[in-house]
Amino acid sequence: MHDVVRQLLAKHGSLPVSVDEIANNADLYDAGLSSFASVQLMLALEEHFDVEFPEHLLNRKSFSSIDAIAAAVSEIADDQAA
Amino acid sequence: MMEKPISFLDQLFEKRILHDSGVDGLYARSAQFEDVVSRFETFALTFGADEITESMMFPPGMPMADFETSGYMKSFPHLAGTVHAFCGCDSDHMGLLQCLAEGEDWTKNQKATQVALTPAACYPLYPILARRGVLPEDGAYVALQSYCFRHEPSKDPARMQMFRQREYVRVGTAEQTMAFRNTWKERGSVMMERLCLPHEVDVANDPFFGRGGRMMGVSQREQALKFEMLVPINSTEKPTACMSFNYHTDNFGKAWDIRLPDGNPAHTACVGFGLERITLALFRHHGLDVDAWPDEVRSALWG
Repeated sequence: MHDVVRQLLAKHGSLPVSVDEIANNADLYDAGLSSFASVQLMLALEEHFDVEFPEHLLNRKSFSSIDAIAAAVSEIADDQAA
Repeated sequence: MMEKPISFLDQLFEKRILHDSGVDGLYARSAQFEDVVSRFETFALTFGADEITESMMFPPGMPMADFETSGYMKSFPHLAGTVHAFCGCDSDHMGLLQCLAEGEDWTKNQKATQVALTPAACYPLYPILARRGVLPEDGAYVALQSYCFRHEPSKDPARMQMFRQREYVRVGTAEQTMAFRNTWKERGSVMMERLCLPHEVDVANDPFFGRGGRMMGVSQREQALKFEMLVPINSTEKPTACMSFNYHTDNFGKAWDIRLPDGNPAHTACVGFGLERITLALFRHHGLDVDAWPDEVRSALWG
């Protein structure tokens, strides 16, 4: 999961630094993730995992770190598979 | 049978304060309406007059290239308007006239020009500041006004497609721009009190497009980047934003490369007054006859 998140983050995050330099728990907004890039990332995650982010996860916190994104996607995948 | 209550918009038409054009949100203004607009602008300029370093009036269009740089199409493609024009030859002209005569779509061959309709009054300012080079230590503090366009036809007179915003824009450090916005939040309430308008300030978000836009909106609220001065006009349940207090962080500084003396991108903030909205709020709350408005309001606007 973390690897896919990293791949998509590298492609859609428009980050000024390499994703390889970012720890799983590091703050992505501090690393330069813009609101717009986080939306692009969300849409890419939805397409890749064939899920839809519910309202309660459409916030800054869900995209604040690689760990947070992986947790959000896992939660959605579990819910939407159930 | 009860008669249906006449809408505020129809009352304005009936009293010839606004004139219908047949297109929702596109109205002619009466001399009386314009008089209130300009009196409000004069009133607004008495606040913070000694802080303003420069004033500008913009036409309703801005350069397409700057419109693209603004990122407006990322967030609000549904509201944007661009100017297209006929650029063809004689035979293209004949084809166009034939389409018109036959009631067909004559606009399909119109070509984009270098002009976009200005979506927000402060957008044309930033490229002008950027071209001047590095900002001075005390930044910039500009009073401006522009007609703006947003494609959202509505029967709510407070949601026009073409309307004017008067803005104060602060460009400088994060501290300068935040202080500016806090000062204006307080001034906005004082202004509304002097105009005897019911009001409240609330955190807000812009109407970003689509599902991604919902997240942008939540994020904007979480960061408290935008506040609005809400006044009931067409509805008490959904009051209208008559002023907004916006902190753009360094988004526009980065987009247009406006630099602080230390080399970092400038932060920007603006306070916007919806001139038609405030004028409509005055008519809504004080009546359609300006001579009968409360003394306190008349003294604020007529001096």
